[in-house]
Amino acid sequence: MTNLFLALASEGEKAVEFGSGGQLQEWAWLILVAPFVAYVLILAYGKKLKYEGGEIAVGMMAFVFGYGLLLWVDTIRNHTVFEKSIEIGRVGNGMVFEWGWVVDGLSSMMYFVVGTVGLLVFTYALGYMKGERRNTFFYASFSLFAGAMLVLVASANLAQLIVGWELVGVASYLLIGHYWEDKANSSAGMKAFFTNKVADVGLIVGALALSVSVGSFRIKDILEVATTNGDSLNAPYFGSTVAVAGALLLFFGAMGKSAQFPLHIWLPDAMAGPTPVSALMHAATMVTAGIYLMARMFPLYQEMATAARPIMIAVGAATLFLTGLIALVQDDIKKVLAYSTVSQLGYMMVAIAAGGYTAALFHLFTHAFFKALLFLGAGSVIHGVHSNNMSDMGGLRKYMPRTFWTFIIGSGALAGIIPLAGFFSKDEILGTLDYEGYTAVLWIAIAGAFVTAFYMTRAVALTFFGSYKGHGHPHESEGLMTVPLMILAGFSVVAGAVNMAGFKFGETIVLRYTGFTEWLATRDFSPLGDHHPEALEWGLALYGTAAAVGGIAIGWMLFSKDAETQEARDRLTIPVLYPILRAKYYLDDVALGLVGVIKGPAARFVDWTNTYIFDTIVNSFGFAAGWLGKVVYNVADQGIIDGIFNGSAGVASVAGGWLRKIQTGKIQQYAGALVIGAVALVVGFVIFNSN
Amino acid sequence: MTLGPVLVLAALLFSMGVYGVLARRNAVTVLLAVELMLNAVNINLVAFQSALQSPQGLGQIFAIFVITVAAAEVGIGLAIVLLIFRNRRSANLDDFATMKG
Repeated sequence: MTNLFLALASEGEKAVEFGSGGQLQEWAWLILVAPFVAYVLILAYGKKLKYEGGEIAVGMMAFVFGYGLLLWVDTIRNHTVFEKSIEIGRVGNGMVFEWGWVVDGLSSMMYFVVGTVGLLVFTYALGYMKGERRNTFFYASFSLFAGAMLVLVASANLAQLIVGWELVGVASYLLIGHYWEDKANSSAGMKAFFTNKVADVGLIVGALALSVSVGSFRIKDILEVATTNGDSLNAPYFGSTVAVAGALLLFFGAMGKSAQFPLHIWLPDAMAGPTPVSALMHAATMVTAGIYLMARMFPLYQEMATAARPIMIAVGAATLFLTGLIALVQDDIKKVLAYSTVSQLGYMMVAIAAGGYTAALFHLFTHAFFKALLFLGAGSVIHGVHSNNMSDMGGLRKYMPRTFWTFIIGSGALAGIIPLAGFFSKDEILGTLDYEGYTAVLWIAIAGAFVTAFYMTRAVALTFFGSYKGHGHPHESEGLMTVPLMILAGFSVVAGAVNMAGFKFGETIVLRYTGFTEWLATRDFSPLGDHHPEALEWGLALYGTAAAVGGIAIGWMLFSKDAETQEARDRLTIPVLYPILRAKYYLDDVALGLVGVIKGPAARFVDWTNTYIFDTIVNSFGFAAGWLGKVVYNVADQGIIDGIFNGSAGVASVAGGWLRKIQTGKIQQYAGALVIGAVALVVGFVIFNSN
Repeated sequence: MTLGPVLVLAALLFSMGVYGVLARRNAVTVLLAVELMLNAVNINLVAFQSALQSPQGLGQIFAIFVITVAAAEVGIGLAIVLLIFRNRRSANLDDFATMKG
């Protein structure tokens, strides 16, 4: 034993450095370690503090935010690419386990997002969680959650990435099941954990297949082999089969964390956790992990594993449309937002599979701000109303003005209203799909934009307009909660400016700024075939905006007034379609005048067309979407997918029932089986070795 | 000294031990039978060491290890049996099927 320690000490730490970086990058490991230090400190001293440990968590996030900001600014100014790995062990023939951190465009963007959103959400949590149960444990797990994501984002090799990935899973399990007194909540935590575990098998097998065939866990080495078709390193086991299989398995892992259809089922249930957890999970720390992994391995998908891309596109397109429809029929405001996140993740996946590296990450960036804003806004509403259900809300704009206005900004950004952040990022995704020639997917994405605007309008209308239907007196939340909302609203307005495609009027292009693209391209293997439009495509922007405006208009018509639903919709369709209806009434008069004899039937006919056809056109948009959402939710989501999971559990249960019969509990029967087995082994050896 | 008769003795002892473990119902008897099996193995170890002229005396070292472990095992085993007997007023193994699935 002593020898071992001496050997370790004499070897010292073996560190490998790539790229150029100053002291700032050299010490970047601090932001990975800070959350874990905070975790220990909160558990040790949290109970004695005023906010039960929340102060430590917020201080830690402030540090991460500050350091992340510095790193990003430095990356922007000096185009730094830095990577350092410290050896911690070896296995087999030269496979090295390392602990490393990467500071390049991609990871510093993620540090910044995690730091910014994390700091605001943690601050908000101080207000939201006041007086709740087990706060010390909550803040500790929350720090762990952020720390796990930072470990994942910083990892220079796939082994460390898996460590971060699994830590994220553990922390999310702890946080989703935070109110474990209610059985449903702890079940939701379990569901999230196990669904992720199913996908993690893909990640682990894929990571091992790639690493072992390349002979290194380091992402840098794997990508180098992948981008030179296996020629550059001595990697005899690497080939296109391994590359495609590994890429697909990694994608399967990403499907779990990034909640792609049909593995999205855990995410809506994950709403059982406290609202700040949902906000952080949906914006920065968990669901973005899969997209980040795809982006980090992007050169692999562009070079050797192009065969994996059609599958990824299909999954992404199915996710973005089907889950968006489900959001239409939810009553729980957090579930509307949850399905919305799944749908937006579908957009990112489609973009990255189509080759839009920047487009996907740009959407990740803007989405982080406005989705965190929407969740925190929903949390503020829930805090004021003490219910998650929109049927208990309504009319809240009078009681909670600050929440209302910030929520409106977030919804607009999500729906893609110019000039809010979501417009630019969604447009870039549409542009990529158009450029790469995925026309069918492009139309699905535009239809998805319509659905997005529709359900967000519905949520806003049901929550903030009409009359209050709940009990008790709703009130605006305190400053600790509303200030983060306002800051996030500010980000949701301006975040699109980091990568504006520019507006083309004739020959002049104004307002063009593509800094974000350059920053993200600051990495070892610059993403190939990443398309950047010369300027905004007016046609696409028009389609996208038309879809969004159409969704808002129809949503508003159907849900802005609260009466008995059917009656309200019939009445409300009239004012908007007034000119058309009016024209129809001229026709009615003409028909009456000309053909007095068939006056009655004609009038009835026109009345009939009026009532059924024109109202039906408007209503059918709403109802078809709603109906489709219900069908998808009931048949696909609840029936098929849950059925598969329940079915496999049932098989395990039946098999267990059979097997339990041999567990008699009688020691001597066990010992008898042991002896019979030993005798059989001996006889077997004698027979097979006798020749 | 020939190896054959010693091995036969060890095999006989071991078989008696197996019989005792499988067939007797009293926990103390079962523990005694386990000791028989262990000691049959000890005889084997010593006999083979003597027959193969092992220079380091590996067989004997092993035998001493087995004796040590056997002593510890009896100590724990008897303690468990005693506690079960106090709780259940029985040393019959068939009464202890609480691990039934």
